[in-house]
Amino acid sequence: MRQIAIYGKGGIGKSTTTQNTVAGLAYLGKKVMIVGCDPKADSTRLILHAKAQNTVMDLVRELGTVEDLEIEDVMKVGYGGIKCVESGGPEPGVGCAGRGVITAINFLEENGAYTPDLDFVFYDVLGDVVCGGFAMPIREGKAEEIYIVCSGEMMAMYAANNIAKGILKYASSGKVRLAGLICNARKTDKEFELVSALAAKLSTQMIHFVPRDNQVQRAEMRRMTVIEYSPEHPQAQEYRNLAEKILNNKMLVVPTPLEMEELEDLLMEFGIMEAEDESIVGVAEKAA
Amino acid sequence: MSKSTKKIEGITKEFTQGVIDKALEAYPEKGRKKRAPHLAPNTPDSSATCVKSNRKTVPGVMSARGCAYAGAKGVVWGPIRDMVHVSHGPVGCGWYSWGTRRNLMTGINGVTQFGMQFTSDFQEKDIVYGGDKKLKTLLAEAHELFPLAKGISVLSECPVGLIGDDINSVAKQAAKDLDLPIIPCNCEGFRGVSQSLGHHISNDTIRDYIIGTREFAEPSSPYDISLIGDYNIGGDVWSAKALLEEIGLNVKSVWTGDGELEKIAATHSVKLNLIHCYRSMNYMCKVMEEKYGIPWLEFNFFGPTKIRESLRQIAERFDDTIKENVERVIAKYDPIMQAIVDEYKPRLDGKKVMLLVGGLRPRHTIGAYEDLGMVCVGSGYEFAHGDDYERTQPEMPEATVVYDDPSEFEFEQFVHAMKPDLIGSGIKEKYVFQKMGIPFRQMHSWDYSGPYHGYQGFSIFARDIDMAVNSPTWKLVKSPF
Repeated sequence: MRQIAIYGKGGIGKSTTTQNTVAGLAYLGKKVMIVGCDPKADSTRLILHAKAQNTVMDLVRELGTVEDLEIEDVMKVGYGGIKCVESGGPEPGVGCAGRGVITAINFLEENGAYTPDLDFVFYDVLGDVVCGGFAMPIREGKAEEIYIVCSGEMMAMYAANNIAKGILKYASSGKVRLAGLICNARKTDKEFELVSALAAKLSTQMIHFVPRDNQVQRAEMRRMTVIEYSPEHPQAQEYRNLAEKILNNKMLVVPTPLEMEELEDLLMEFGIMEAEDESIVGVAEKAA
Repeated sequence: MSKSTKKIEGITKEFTQGVIDKALEAYPEKGRKKRAPHLAPNTPDSSATCVKSNRKTVPGVMSARGCAYAGAKGVVWGPIRDMVHVSHGPVGCGWYSWGTRRNLMTGINGVTQFGMQFTSDFQEKDIVYGGDKKLKTLLAEAHELFPLAKGISVLSECPVGLIGDDINSVAKQAAKDLDLPIIPCNCEGFRGVSQSLGHHISNDTIRDYIIGTREFAEPSSPYDISLIGDYNIGGDVWSAKALLEEIGLNVKSVWTGDGELEKIAATHSVKLNLIHCYRSMNYMCKVMEEKYGIPWLEFNFFGPTKIRESLRQIAERFDDTIKENVERVIAKYDPIMQAIVDEYKPRLDGKKVMLLVGGLRPRHTIGAYEDLGMVCVGSGYEFAHGDDYERTQPEMPEATVVYDDPSEFEFEQFVHAMKPDLIGSGIKEKYVFQKMGIPFRQMHSWDYSGPYHGYQGFSIFARDIDMAVNSPTWKLVKSPF
C-alpha cells in the first residue's frame, strides 16, 4: 500500500486534482481510499456525486464520543470503488481543526480502514501545514510520498517552497519524501519552465503539467471527475497520464527548499518579479 | 460464581426502584432519561447487566470520574517503580497526580525508584511553537540525572494532542540516541468518557512497546506466574505475592504495583496470568493469551472466604504439589482468620455497607464485609463496563441498588434511603458523608491504611472497619443547629 499526501496553497486545486488523479488510478484498476483532511470536507464530492459527505467529526459531535462511531457510518464508496472518508471539523474561527484530523486518522487506524487490498491511500490536506494536526498524514507509518500542487503564480510557488521546508523537517527524522510538483496550470507566462525550474531547485521533478481546461469545471458542476464525465476528452487523458506517472514514480527525495532570496532571484530570472528598487521602499505616492 | 441468591429483609425490587425514581425526579426530563438506565435494583440471577455503563457523564451533575491521562499516569504507568514517568504538558496534571494513589514502592527514591514528579511544564511558547524540542531535551536531562532509570514513559496531557506534537517520533529518536526504552503514550485527557480509556491506551502501549522485549534472567519453571492489575495500594502486592509464594508459585512480574520494566517486558514467558483488576488490564491478558498462549484467571484475595475459593481455583491450574500446598496454607490460616472473625463479627454483624469505587473493589470487597457479618446494600463504579456489572450482580444481594457513574446527588439520596452503617468511596465523597455523621472509609487508597489484600490484609481490614463503624466519635458530636 502506498500512502500519498497532497499539499499546496489554498485554492490551487488540490481537491480537484486529487480526485481526478485518483479516478485515473481507479480507471487503471487500482484500489484507492481518499482521506479528506480539511474541515471544508470537499475532498470526495466528485467521487461520490455528493454535496457533502458525513464527516468523522460531524458524527463524533452528534454521538458524543468517537468510541460510538462505526466505520460504515463514515466510509462511502464512489466511482471506481474508491473509498471516501472526510475528517471534517469546525467552521473557521472556532475549535481545533488539526485535532479533528488526528482524531479521524486514529479512528480509521483503530477500526481497520487500512485494509491490505488497498493499493493507494490519498490524503488531501488543508492548504497550509498550520499545526501538528495537519502534519498527521505524514507522521511515521502514514504517507511517505508527498506531491505539492502549484502553478506559475508567485504565491503558489512561495507556498510550495514553504511546504518543502515542512517536509524537510519530517524527512530528516522519518521516511517521508517529496515525490514531485504537480503544476495545475493557470496560463501564466512561462509557467511550464518556471515550475520545472522550481522543481529542479527543490531537487525534485515537475511530475506533470496539467493544462487549464474548462472541461474540469463542466464536470465539477455535475459533481463528477472529468474521467467519469467525459472519459474521451483530452483533459481526462491528462489526468490518466498523471495517474500513470504517479504509479511509476520512483523519484522520492529529501527536498532542498530555497531561501527567500533564491526564490525571488528565480522569479526575476523568469520575469515574474521586477528587480527590487530599494529607493522606493516605504515612500508614499505623494512624497515621490 | 452465583450461589443461592442473597436477600435482605425490607429490600425489594419495588422499594429500590422507588428510591431510584425519587432521586431521578430532581432532574429535568432529558437528564432523567439519560440517567435512568444507569440505576437499577440488582438482579443477581440475570445474565444480562441491569445497568447501562461506559457512557458520557451527563453534563451538570457532579461525577467522581477521572480522565484518560489519570487512567494512564495514576493507574497503569505511575506504579512502575524503576521508570521515569514524564507528564508531558502544563504542570498541573503531573503535580496533582503525584503520590496521591498510595501505590507503594520499594527502593531508594531517585536511585532505584522514581516516584517523583517529572513534567515538561508547557508555557505559551511551547503551545505555539510545539513542545517536541523541549521533550527531546527533557528526555536527555532525565537520563543524565537518573542514569539508573530503566526507561522513560511520556504521558501526553491534553494540549499535546491538540497542537499535534508527534511525541512518538521524538520518543523513537531519543530511544535510539540514549539507548533506553522511551515509551510514548497518547493518553490525552479528553479522549474517551472516563479514565477507562486511559487504561486501554496504556495496555495497547505496553503491547506495542514493551511486552516481549526482554527475557527473565533465571530459568523458567512450571510455577511461573505473573500478578496483573495489582497496583500495590497500601502494600497489597506484597501481601498477595507472599501468599502466592507460600503456595509454591513464582511471581515473576507484577503489573504494575512496585513493578519493574524489564520483568514486565519478559512476562510473555510465564505459565499463568493472575488478574486482580480486570477492568484496567484485561486487555493485556487477552493479548498475552492470543499471542503467547498464556491463560489468565481472575482471583479475589479480600476476606478468607474469597481467598479460599481463589486459592483452590488457582491450584486447579497446577499439579498436586500446588494443590497440597494450597490446602496446607488454608488449614494454617483458617484458625487465624476465625479468631479475627470471632473478635470483630459480634460488633459488625448485620451492619450495612454501600460502595462506590473504581476498578474491582465494588465487587471484590463484598465477600470480606460478609465474612465480618456485614451486608452490601448498594454498589457501583465510576468507570466500569458491562462485563464488570456482569461480575458484580451475583455478588450483591437481590434488589439492592446498583449505580453506574452516580452523581453526588444520587448517591446521597440512595444513602438516605438505604441507611448504611458504613460507606466506602473516594475522597470527594468522604467529607459529605462524614458531615452527615455516617462512618466512611476512603476505599481508593485504603484511607492511609492497608494492605487489605490476602490473609495479612484481612486482619487490618477488619480492624479498620470496626474502628470506622463502632467509633463513638459521631455520637459525641453535637449539631450546632
